[in-house]
Amino acid sequence: MIVLFYLASAVALVAAAMAISRRNAFHALLYVVVSLLAVAVVFFTIGAPFAGALEIIVYAGAIIVLFVFVVMMLNLGPNSVRIEDGFLTPAMWIGPGILALILLAELVVIISGIGGGVTGAAIGPREVGLALFGPYVVAVEVASFLLLAGLVGAAYLGSGARVSGGDR
Amino acid sequence: MTAAVLLGHGLVIASALFVIGLVGVLVRRNLLFQLLSIEIMLNAAGMAFVIAGARWGQADGQVMFIFILVMAAAEVAVGLALLLRVSRQVRDLDGDAVSAMRG
Repeated sequence: MIVLFYLASAVALVAAAMAISRRNAFHALLYVVVSLLAVAVVFFTIGAPFAGALEIIVYAGAIIVLFVFVVMMLNLGPNSVRIEDGFLTPAMWIGPGILALILLAELVVIISGIGGGVTGAAIGPREVGLALFGPYVVAVEVASFLLLAGLVGAAYLGSGARVSGGDR
Repeated sequence: MTAAVLLGHGLVIASALFVIGLVGVLVRRNLLFQLLSIEIMLNAAGMAFVIAGARWGQADGQVMFIFILVMAAAEVAVGLALLLRVSRQVRDLDGDAVSAMRG
């Protein structure tokens, strides 16, 4: 299990380093997804399965998809077809694919139980939920305010409404 | 391998991930890449919380991770809306292109 921890950490670091050094936004997004999945595997190996699941669902599933949507919107135009052709080249997916395969192998090892139990005692969703809606319930309310403010701000900025002083 | 050693190594890894994100923010001039780097940095901070929580067997680390997750979601929604706005107004995603404010 210790080996899996270090392997997933190495994948996360390599993928993050590759992500910030790419010139193509899609290459970078693929590497960021792999980095987030690797961090999720790290969470599983240290006994935080709920955080790992949230990492995949919210980070890789929602936030990165938002990035993909924005990149798609920015790429509208005649050169988008050329970029679509670029998706199919091996140079695009071979790096993230290899790193993701390492993570898949780790997952298989974890599921088949070869690596033994998790490091230390696992903290499941029950404990997290009890803490979240026990001592931290005020912070949950504040977080909901933050999400509402983010929603309103994004809706306003994205609506194309004229900002005072804007020249368009 | 004791839990304390694991905590130390985990914090080093989280710090390295944070530094990678910081380098991304400082080096890249493309606003999209800067936002991505900020995501990596937030992720590293959450990772440090979860590892510390696992070290002492408390759920508080994961609770803080959930709050970081909420903050990252709100931040990326507003940030990407601003990004679209900038790309519409200056036809460019260069951070230096929007260094001058008007009005």
